[in-house]
Amino acid sequence: MDEQTLDQLQRAAFGYFLQAVNPANGLIADTSRENSPCSIGVVGFALSAYPVAVERGWMARADAVERSLATLRFFRDSDQSGSPEATGFKGFYYHFLDMHTGARVWRSELSTIDTAFLIAGALTAGCYFTATTPEETELRELVETLYRRVDWRWSQGEAATIRQGWKPECGFLNYGWDGYNESIVLYVLALGSPTHPLGGNCYEAWTATYQWENLYGYDFLYAGPLFIHQFSHAWIDFRGIQDRFMREKRCDYFENSRRATEVQREYARRNPHEFAGYDENCWGLTACDGPTNQMPGLAYERRRLFGYAARGVPYGPDDGTLGGWASLPFAPEAALGAAHIMRQRYPEMLFGERYTSSINPALASADGGAWVSAGHFGLDQGIVVMMIENHRTQLIWRLMRDCPYVGAGLRRAGFRGGWMDRLRLSRSQM
Amino acid sequence: MKQYKEQSSTAPQDAFEYERLENVHPAGWRNPPPADRYSLVVGAGTAGLVAAHAAAALGAKVALIERHLLGGDCLNVGCVPSKAIIRTARLYADVRNAQQYGAHVPGDIHVDFPAAMKRMRGIRARISRADSVRRLSAAGVDVFFGQACFTGTDALTVDGAKLRFNKALIATGARPNTPSIPGLIEAGYLTNENVFDQTELPRRLLVIGGGPLGCELAQAFCRFGAKTIIVQSWPLFLPREERDAAQLLSDAFARDGIEVRLNTRAVNVRVESGEKLVDLVSDDFKSTVAVDAILTGTGRLPNVEGLNLEAAGVEFDKKDGIRVDDFLQTSNRRIYAAGDVCLKHKFTHTADASARIVVRNALFLGRQRMSALTIPWCTYTDPAIAHVGLYVREARERNISVKTFTIPMHDVDRAIADDEEAGFVKIHVKEGTDRILGATIVARHAGEMINEITLAMVAGIGLRTLARVIHAYPTQAEAIKKAADAYNRTRLTPTIHWLLRLWLRWWSPYRQASAGEMSAPDKSEMEPHS
Repeated sequence: MDEQTLDQLQRAAFGYFLQAVNPANGLIADTSRENSPCSIGVVGFALSAYPVAVERGWMARADAVERSLATLRFFRDSDQSGSPEATGFKGFYYHFLDMHTGARVWRSELSTIDTAFLIAGALTAGCYFTATTPEETELRELVETLYRRVDWRWSQGEAATIRQGWKPECGFLNYGWDGYNESIVLYVLALGSPTHPLGGNCYEAWTATYQWENLYGYDFLYAGPLFIHQFSHAWIDFRGIQDRFMREKRCDYFENSRRATEVQREYARRNPHEFAGYDENCWGLTACDGPTNQMPGLAYERRRLFGYAARGVPYGPDDGTLGGWASLPFAPEAALGAAHIMRQRYPEMLFGERYTSSINPALASADGGAWVSAGHFGLDQGIVVMMIENHRTQLIWRLMRDCPYVGAGLRRAGFRGGWMDRLRLSRSQM
Repeated sequence: MKQYKEQSSTAPQDAFEYERLENVHPAGWRNPPPADRYSLVVGAGTAGLVAAHAAAALGAKVALIERHLLGGDCLNVGCVPSKAIIRTARLYADVRNAQQYGAHVPGDIHVDFPAAMKRMRGIRARISRADSVRRLSAAGVDVFFGQACFTGTDALTVDGAKLRFNKALIATGARPNTPSIPGLIEAGYLTNENVFDQTELPRRLLVIGGGPLGCELAQAFCRFGAKTIIVQSWPLFLPREERDAAQLLSDAFARDGIEVRLNTRAVNVRVESGEKLVDLVSDDFKSTVAVDAILTGTGRLPNVEGLNLEAAGVEFDKKDGIRVDDFLQTSNRRIYAAGDVCLKHKFTHTADASARIVVRNALFLGRQRMSALTIPWCTYTDPAIAHVGLYVREARERNISVKTFTIPMHDVDRAIADDEEAGFVKIHVKEGTDRILGATIVARHAGEMINEITLAMVAGIGLRTLARVIHAYPTQAEAIKKAADAYNRTRLTPTIHWLLRLWLRWWSPYRQASAGEMSAPDKSEMEPHS
């Protein structure tokens, strides 16, 4: 795949944020489907994508600042009472919000991980818009306000690790962030806070649940779904830096994601369930949309279909659905090769020049094409914009390397080496 | 917490039941006159029976006291009957999946639940012969039926008789812990103690508790045709097991048609129009389900009541049971405990092993430790989930660096041939060594497969040696060999790889030259074997 095609894909993905935004408050719809509410995680991706658009000349800087300001002001002024119709509580926000009022919808949870994505996006904006104009100064102040008021320590509840969520109706959910998953960025932000950092050995307690496995000949920190190996990497450059666990394993999270990508390819090559299309150039079991047995025409499908689910390797669930188009920085050759071949085989996976959430080649439609997820999902578009950019220029990684809170969080999590050491050295020489 | 209350069986009193009861608690049994002093065993479940037989065989004068049935939970209301009905249920599942195996089953599949239960009773009666009172008597054991009640540190009464002892073992087992849900007792519910008495399959069944018992019976009853819902307060089944194991089980349940309600609590039960209505809460989501029967499997409580343990100077806790040290000795140096009444792991084989330790420690001044045992266990769902040794989390908490060798069952030829690919073998070793710390196996026959790992751990055999063990092909246990082979491949570091290539580069020309000096082989010798 050439540079021009990559550019087209990235720009088309960014276009989602222009189409799905409410300009009055900066909120972005979760999906392009009718009446979709806002997902705060997608807003975080949008805030991170605006600097990319400015750099690439797709958006004027003033426009990007204006959109970011609208978003940040909304969250600053939002109802933080934690009531069932509020927007947030303790500096966290409900997962899904009304696009117009910003009130909680779907009885959704106060989401720790999606708040982390939102705050990471805000910090990205704060690191990029560094001019001394009144607008950009205000933007940075808003970012500070939002970050500093998140009570990360509260999110532990009485547990050793961060809880997945909280609801006004029942308190903390019964789920913690145990086992390796996409939440390193959450822990890093929570540890780096100057106001409400995590207490105790929270990070150690979390990493104690890691499993280092040898699977299909690859040693790696195991997690089944591909997105787990991608999301934190959208913001943090894990190349060459190691926490205690990775030092012990002589690996780093970036290399780990490369191996996880290879494990995905190997699974697709072995294709234990013999789904159509799977091979080393057609892979990607991840959290994505998918067909369900309730869909018209699929009611009599013998195999079980899972709808939106976290599909994973090697234990599934696997119903023949593939997604997760964002492994580019870790395995450029494999990812570009797969993108090229899959587009040739299944041109329907691009809708409006943008990747759909997923395809299922095993479920042929009436015209013989693969089943394709309808419309677009904001998270998918956001991760595509950011990972292509990190592959091309490392813009987001460079911005976040300079974020003092990210640096502090990484240090408190025990990370060192690589760019962290070089950064410390260069600062000490200044 | 309810007091122990003997429940009379409502199972059909057929020839099988007659035989079983004649073996484990004969009608008209008369307790023997007490001897002077005994090696005394209280409780005739697995631990009590093993200890009584072993001590008697070694020459001790043994008295065995049982208030209900010899054989305890395992024989009468536990492992034996549950595995018998699980086998029949699995057969029905296979028949329903016949097409998947390229087989055709003519006509509809009719489930004969009473026949399945009758088969179970037959198996239970047959196995009860090994635990019979006649066999105990023949071994020289004085069997007393009745409630034991300690009167001092070296004496107790049973059925009006006073028995004195030099050493005693308390092995009174455990009973189901009834969850405190308003309305449950009034509505009526099943536990392992009465579920095997059923002669009619409930049309709709709610199973409360996602532990081993709840999971096994939920799947069995679902496969018999009961519309089954299972609720579990934790977000995963079998909370102690690995996430992937629990996830695979959830997937298997969904395939079977069980309605899985994780992270859900039953909070109220009421009866209306003959239906049991159960209110469920999951976080903030409330719902009500209507069922015909409720089965609870929410843990077990030790049987410590009614024994007057205070008089014996034996410390205990109503939740955790009798307090013992690593040698299974209680706070009274004459008295030991074994099995479910004192152990965290409430398994038949653990009860058996602990009883053997007590016999050695109590009668022969042994110093065998419970903590030195390597104990496997298995939940007999389909796929089954078996484990031995440390979990990764436990190892990491002890600052042991762990590496896991994982073989999915879809990589094992026999599993593919059997269409039993759901599962894995995960073997945990200490990083940089081949020492096995533990293993989890999820497979249809995981209970059989885990024994090889247990043997290796007990014998100190590492993965390197396991890789040299020839496994019959094709077997599902070959997954273990594959894990060992995967370990061996990791020993091939880049340096070693480079040296090997160097050797082969040097060796190949030499070999070719040597071959050239030899006379040309007969062409026929080079023909491939047909």
